Amino acid sequence: MSGHDSKYFSTTKKGEIPELKEELNSQYKDKRKDAVKKVIAAMTVGKDVSSLFTDVVNCMQTENLELKKLVYLYLINYAKSQPDLAILAVNTFVKDSQDPNPLIRALAVRTMGCIRVDKITEYLCDPLQRCLKVDLILDDDPYVRKTAAICVAKLYDINAELVEDRGFLEALKDLISDNNPMVVANAVAALAEIQENSSRPIFEITSHTLSKLLTALNECTEWGQVFILDALSKYKAADAREAENIVERVTPRLQHANCAVVLSAVKMILQQMELITSTDVVRNLCKKMAPPLVTLLSAEPEIQYVALRNINLIVQRRPTILAHEIKVFFCKYNDPIYVKMEKLEIMIKLASDRNIDQVLLEFKEYATEVDVDFVRKAVRAIGRCAIKLERAAERCISVLLELIKIKVNYVVQEAIIVIKDIFRRYPNTYESIIATLCESLDTLDEPEAKASMIWIIGEYAERIDNADELLESFLESFPEEPAQVQLQLLTATVKLFLKKPTEGPQQMIQVVLNNATVETDNPDLRDRAYIYWRLLSTDPEAAKDVVLAEKPVISDDSNQLDPSLLDELLSNIATLSSVYHKPPEAFVTRVKTTQKTEEDDYADGGEPGYSESPSHAVDSAASPAATSSSAPHAVARQPVPATPAPVPDLLGDLIGLDNDNNGNGAIVPVDILHEGPPLPVVLPASTGQGLQISAQLVRRDGQIFYSLLFENNSQIPLDGFLIQFNKNTFGVAAAGPLQVPQLLPGTSASTLLPMVLFQNIAPGPPNTLLQVAVKNNQQPVWYFNDKLSLLVFFSEDGRMERSAFLETWKSLPDSNEVSKDFPGIVVNSVEATLDQLAVSNMFFIAKRKHANQDVLYLSAKIPRGIPFLIELTAVIGIPGLKCAIKSPSPEMAPLFFEALENLLKS
Amino acid sequence: MAGAASALFLLDIKGRVLVWRDYRGDVSSVQAEKFFTKLIEKEGDQGSQDPVAYDNGVTYLFVQHNNVYLMTASRQNCNAASLLLFLHRVVDVFKHYFEELEEESLRDNFVVVYELLDEMMDFGYPQYTEAKILSEFIKTDAYRMEVTQRPPMAVTNAVSWRSEGIRYNKNEVFLDVVESVNILVNSNGQIIRSDVVGALKMRTYLSGMPECKLGLNDRVLLEAQGRTTKGKAIDLDDIKFHQCVRLARFENDRTIAFVPPDGSFDLMTYRLSTQVKPLIWVEAQIEKHSRSRMEITVKARSQFKERSTATNVEIEFPVPSDATNPNVRTSMGSASYAPEKDALIWKIKSFPGGKEYMLRAEFTLPSITDEEAPPERKAPIRVKFEIPYFTVSGIQVRYLKIIEKSGYQALPWVRYITMAGEYELRLA
Repeated sequence: MSGHDSKYFSTTKKGEIPELKEELNSQYKDKRKDAVKKVIAAMTVGKDVSSLFTDVVNCMQTENLELKKLVYLYLINYAKSQPDLAILAVNTFVKDSQDPNPLIRALAVRTMGCIRVDKITEYLCDPLQRCLKVDLILDDDPYVRKTAAICVAKLYDINAELVEDRGFLEALKDLISDNNPMVVANAVAALAEIQENSSRPIFEITSHTLSKLLTALNECTEWGQVFILDALSKYKAADAREAENIVERVTPRLQHANCAVVLSAVKMILQQMELITSTDVVRNLCKKMAPPLVTLLSAEPEIQYVALRNINLIVQRRPTILAHEIKVFFCKYNDPIYVKMEKLEIMIKLASDRNIDQVLLEFKEYATEVDVDFVRKAVRAIGRCAIKLERAAERCISVLLELIKIKVNYVVQEAIIVIKDIFRRYPNTYESIIATLCESLDTLDEPEAKASMIWIIGEYAERIDNADELLESFLESFPEEPAQVQLQLLTATVKLFLKKPTEGPQQMIQVVLNNATVETDNPDLRDRAYIYWRLLSTDPEAAKDVVLAEKPVISDDSNQLDPSLLDELLSNIATLSSVYHKPPEAFVTRVKTTQKTEEDDYADGGEPGYSESPSHAVDSAASPAATSSSAPHAVARQPVPATPAPVPDLLGDLIGLDNDNNGNGAIVPVDILHEGPPLPVVLPASTGQGLQISAQLVRRDGQIFYSLLFENNSQIPLDGFLIQFNKNTFGVAAAGPLQVPQLLPGTSASTLLPMVLFQNIAPGPPNTLLQVAVKNNQQPVWYFNDKLSLLVFFSEDGRMERSAFLETWKSLPDSNEVSKDFPGIVVNSVEATLDQLAVSNMFFIAKRKHANQDVLYLSAKIPRGIPFLIELTAVIGIPGLKCAIKSPSPEMAPLFFEALENLLKS
Repeated sequence: MAGAASALFLLDIKGRVLVWRDYRGDVSSVQAEKFFTKLIEKEGDQGSQDPVAYDNGVTYLFVQHNNVYLMTASRQNCNAASLLLFLHRVVDVFKHYFEELEEESLRDNFVVVYELLDEMMDFGYPQYTEAKILSEFIKTDAYRMEVTQRPPMAVTNAVSWRSEGIRYNKNEVFLDVVESVNILVNSNGQIIRSDVVGALKMRTYLSGMPECKLGLNDRVLLEAQGRTTKGKAIDLDDIKFHQCVRLARFENDRTIAFVPPDGSFDLMTYRLSTQVKPLIWVEAQIEKHSRSRMEITVKARSQFKERSTATNVEIEFPVPSDATNPNVRTSMGSASYAPEKDALIWKIKSFPGGKEYMLRAEFTLPSITDEEAPPERKAPIRVKFEIPYFTVSGIQVRYLKIIEKSGYQALPWVRYITMAGEYELRLA
């Protein structure tokens, strides 16, 4: 059945538009029809034929369906540019919408909805009203009704008010009960879209609609099934039983030949599984989902790609589903490269001690292929497995060494980058291979590989005999190197000098520091060089403590998504969000589509928060960050000493160097030390004979400090400050002497006093009282009362795994649960609240919706490993928060509630 | 979650618009150019040639078919799986209409293309993609009639894939059970993955609205019916059904019941991931002599029962791209050098079970090689074959009942065939 429409594209010699005009007004039907085809052909290739508007519209009144469709198509394209003339078409539209032929009725309704001209829109209402149930008239043809359902969404997009005024929303909701499954499916799609763009609850799925939709699911077209499943995945079952019932009715969809139906069904099952408590049921469901997920990998490559991006998310939440299926992710020779890359990512996630030998064999195979990006990723994958699986690390390293021996340049470079990470993960274990690495030194030409190698040389300078020679070979080209390499060279040279303070390294360090301070424009490099310089010239021992300090061990990054983001992405399975691994807000720019001009640039946000190709976006955020920045991190973390050294002094010295003659270098401006709101006054000047003390317990980097501000408003200098703490619930006491210099009249000083716990514990029930005594040489002893806030005791390691949380919750008797209502607290945004809580080391675990309430679960831990399991229930924007906690120490609950109230009130 | 496509574009290989249909009025034809710029960028970057592109608030999902790109542009968080699959279905529909989908056929039929785009998608939501039913009310010039068309009942029916009133003088059903063996053998000769993907391909020529019931030797079903299943029943890993099969019914009692579409379709596909013995095993020895000459010895062995015979066996053996002067001898079939594939192709028309054949080949290699050259692409040995009257899984059609209210007798014809799917043996 082939046509010969291409003849309509050919232009004639005569002026085209006048000729067409003539033909459109011809008295012969066929000629008119041909002319309209020519017009559409011209429109298709982008010619402006809007000047023929009136002539084309004149052809609209025809019995010929094909011609009518063409004219309608013309109208969709040009009505916007000729709004006044578009009104000419209204009569025919209205007439067509009452045609006895349902095909024409539907066509008229469908087309009118696409014409985004206000005047037309007004006239659309009546025909639409006739199609829908409004006024108890309902088109008897389901084909027209399904078109009308979508048309309501079109109209809502143009003029939401009109839709509500005319009662179309109600009519649309009634269509959910329509006896035709296709009408139901389109009504669901329309309602879901309208809901998305409205802040009011319009389409709320009740258990009643739920059951209707699940029934329609069995009968509607494959696309309709996708609409219904996507809409239903938002439904939150009331309890585990309902969830199980829903899942039972959705699982047959896993057998559907349409991959989109399968993925949407998987999404819905995963959502409901969160509520199912029976481990048997969950295990069974996991078993059921595995085969359909595997089968998705036989689909078209484009679909495979979407499936793989989604599987990547699914295995992060439910690793058991595909734990035994790693082989299906092995790459086939003809897989497109984007499919191979995604498979690799999943292989890393599924790698375990059980299958690692086979996985390594595969990676090794891939590492000898020709596609450079893929090869690199395979090499990196080996490194990531080494970091992830301690027992397999040695085997991974031996594969890497084998690959290095092949001497393919980019393989070697990639291997060195990952080996550096392996050194970080398992310190003092595999350094024997350094000699092999050094052999490849001169082949390195990529910044990241060079930087990694330099880091290794610096870090292990004492084990490498000729470390100074090796580094020196890089130094010659210092000014030309990229910043990344320069920074590493700087640090490595400093390390070398500190480890081998001989003449050679001393000269080298001079050269490097000179280069990095005087000769460079890079502020990062310059600042770091200055810090090293000052450190080295002031106190080489301190420099050693800082530069050569033990580094925190890095961990596996292959489960890299944040749990709350993962939750959101899982609720968006099959959608773009799950492909990008970004929340929808990150790439959807809300554009109100009315009153649009023809300009190219619709998007108002020039920065969509998404610039890279999706497959790389996640990686670059995760793995390279963990690799390249390791050394700078070590330096940055240093100012937090393990022993509570007086923090302000270290900073003070550094800053003081610039103005040595100032004399009171130990006094640090308040704004440097104390970020945030001013400290509460604990001893007012009126009581303290002019001495005012403000103080508060604070937590910084895992350490508790007493932050103090002394203001001398008296007429005499004060000195010899001492501090003492009375017995208290947590046994909080000073870890060292108070370091406050002499205070001249009118000056002030602030300090952070490191604190220790469990020194003098007060017996009796827990309370928040902290009694403090401060004295100096000039005044009597001052006593004041402060409050212990439980928040400062929450430790950084209070985050719990979901499973651990559930277990702990179950293991504690109900008598350990205490709850309290806070009628005065309003939660306006879950995110903001969670952020606020996270700052105080209360860690988010899960969220669930219960009716209109949001229920949040968090965990926290106080010293001696006592966990707090926290459940917060609130309706967004409405005052009233219910907090329930469960803890082995329920007697702490009042303290907790007080602290929480203070935190959330502020 | 709601999300829809804003527009659908059909572009030629240079990114020029052939036809586009605006569904939501929030993108313009400029999107085609922007998409193509993005696409060219992607071509530069190997790792990112995925079918999703993003530019300034608009996501482009695309597939390519012949010299045509099919692309949707959207501004919302739409269902990517659904839209990409929809694009593939659009290809199917166009192929049904125009024999082949390519630039020329789109130009020659642009009027119908517009009509189809209008019917298949509304406001960016996929609506209807059954080519056969669509062609009942959207016709090309050659078939156009003057009577006004009405939408066939099927468009909105629960049975959306079959029209009423179909009539045949002779009612027949052809059922082909086709199994593809996918196998991947690593360079140590170890099978690292193997599976069988089966399909029940049907061609139905039945009158009226026939109700069909298919019985297989499915272990779960037979056991549920309390029958003994010694050795004859099979376990199917994952079954996928055509939308005509009542899924809820299958879930309940494993009955495969359906009203079939007219003509050919895949009733079901299934997968078996049990370890499959390679039906045709290929071993090779490669000897390189002083960089100037290489000798290849290939041994192919059939590892199935002697009463079966593989036909149209084709073994594709990779050779270096700079090899010349082939000299090939075989004990069976014919072999030829295919320089465009960098491979030696060995064809054996008929390969009975339990046999072994040999091939020897010699090539001349250039004596000078580029030391810096990237490593040669390591292609695997690939094998194609067909074995009629045989299935790896042992699947059997026990019955195919056809019941129509007019009570006619229909004849079911069943055939079995096994063929090679992705059958790869990596070389050491």
